[in-house]
Amino acid sequence: MTRHVVAAVRDLPPGGRKLFSVRGRPIAVFNLEGQFYGLLNRCPHQGGSLCEGLLTGLVLADTPGEYRMERAGEIIRCPWHGWEFDIRTGQSWCEPDKIAVRQFPVQATSGQALVQGPYVAETIAVSVEEHYIVVEI
Amino acid sequence: MSEVLDRQTTKLRIIDSDIHPSLASERDLDPFLSTRWRKHIAEYGKLSHRPLAGRGTYPRFSPNTARRDAWPANGNAPGSDLDFMRRQLLDRYDIEVGILEPLLDCNLVRNPGLAAALCSAINDWQVAAFTSQERRLRASILIPFEDPAAAVVEIDRRAGDRNFAQIQLTSRSLAPIGQRRYWPIFEAAARHGLPIGMHIGGESGHAPSPGGWPSFYAEDHHVLVHSMQTQLTSMILEGVFEHFPTLKMICIEGGFAWAPNLAWRLDRHWQKMRSEVPDLTMPPSAYMRRNVWFSTQPMEEPERPEELRRTLEWIGWDRLVFASDYPHWDFDDPEHAFPCRLSEAERRAIFRGNAEGIYRL
Repeated sequence: MTRHVVAAVRDLPPGGRKLFSVRGRPIAVFNLEGQFYGLLNRCPHQGGSLCEGLLTGLVLADTPGEYRMERAGEIIRCPWHGWEFDIRTGQSWCEPDKIAVRQFPVQATSGQALVQGPYVAETIAVSVEEHYIVVEI
Repeated sequence: MSEVLDRQTTKLRIIDSDIHPSLASERDLDPFLSTRWRKHIAEYGKLSHRPLAGRGTYPRFSPNTARRDAWPANGNAPGSDLDFMRRQLLDRYDIEVGILEPLLDCNLVRNPGLAAALCSAINDWQVAAFTSQERRLRASILIPFEDPAAAVVEIDRRAGDRNFAQIQLTSRSLAPIGQRRYWPIFEAAARHGLPIGMHIGGESGHAPSPGGWPSFYAEDHHVLVHSMQTQLTSMILEGVFEHFPTLKMICIEGGFAWAPNLAWRLDRHWQKMRSEVPDLTMPPSAYMRRNVWFSTQPMEEPERPEELRRTLEWIGWDRLVFASDYPHWDFDDPEHAFPCRLSEAERRAIFRGNAEGIYRL
């Protein structure tokens, strides 16, 4: 596993998402209330770019006519056929045991901790004052 | 042939039988409409058969019923920007020929004169905005099919023009489309050797389901399939294919897994009740195998992919043509759409060969 610095934390605020190319892999990184999650940016169905999908939640109903929204902002819906994935686990909402998007560990790390290395930062200069989003591959 | 050579020749050069172009602006049709009709539209609008005049058929599940990544950077509608369409579809997937299927208010507008004018304008617009600028694209001849005499005028005007590949009909019309009053259209199509692209949809004013108006889009989306079955059944039993044996029809975006079942049932009915339709000289399935093709989109996705192969075998590898439905949300990616294995010959037939024959490319 190598640590790849992809962006400064301040460039991806909570509720945001951004597509990065890490060692040739397209990885969509999401910020859910300060926690970072990385998913391979290819829907397991037909390969749609998940990062361009609708960020949504789960509309649930225990009885007909009584609707509620849960987990707003934690579900990404593929921009093509609308398959839904849990950003925290990569699992498909409809078939969680069978279908999942590959996950990559992502962390926020201080520049101070990073400079001790090793890490890869192809396009960003790392300074000790900042915090960075680090993807492990 | 060596494996290396084999691979080189597998380059598909796809023929895509369903691409939806859009207007960047309603004004795009103005140059192709007379002052009389521009004035009419400004004063009276385009009365259609849908229940709420101001509520179009979109959005359907997503804005403009489109892939969310299909909006060009200029913010105009998906399918309106030729350069973006080239990048996202034609170049990306090596599509050699794409058939345009405009789904715009025209053929089911209630005023017959306006319907004819709009169809003709959209035909001109397809050439001006797309096919004259991009050789890979071919237009569909839109016709005011509820007024068959006017429809034939438009077909005769466009036939022989290489910009146009087919005549477009919709799977919903005021009456089942095989009925006699529509036959001048089929006569003209057969006379010119133009295939009919029967695209799913259309706003006929009838409830979309035989049981009435469904509550949900998921239902509405599903019952569209029944409209395609209705049109196909009507054309077979009314004798359209018996009387126009060279007529070719492609059922576009209606799915295909239902086709074997429809053929089996119709054959059984025909065996018992053929005295009611004595014109038919063959069982219904024989017309389906001779005159009818199906687009593969939206792909059927059975739980066990190998079952798809069996369905495809029942229909026949020579009866299917690939369609992407770009830029709509239920787009099928040619590299990922088939969940089952296809042999080289099967792939070539579906992605290219069958369409090549139908459209005489």
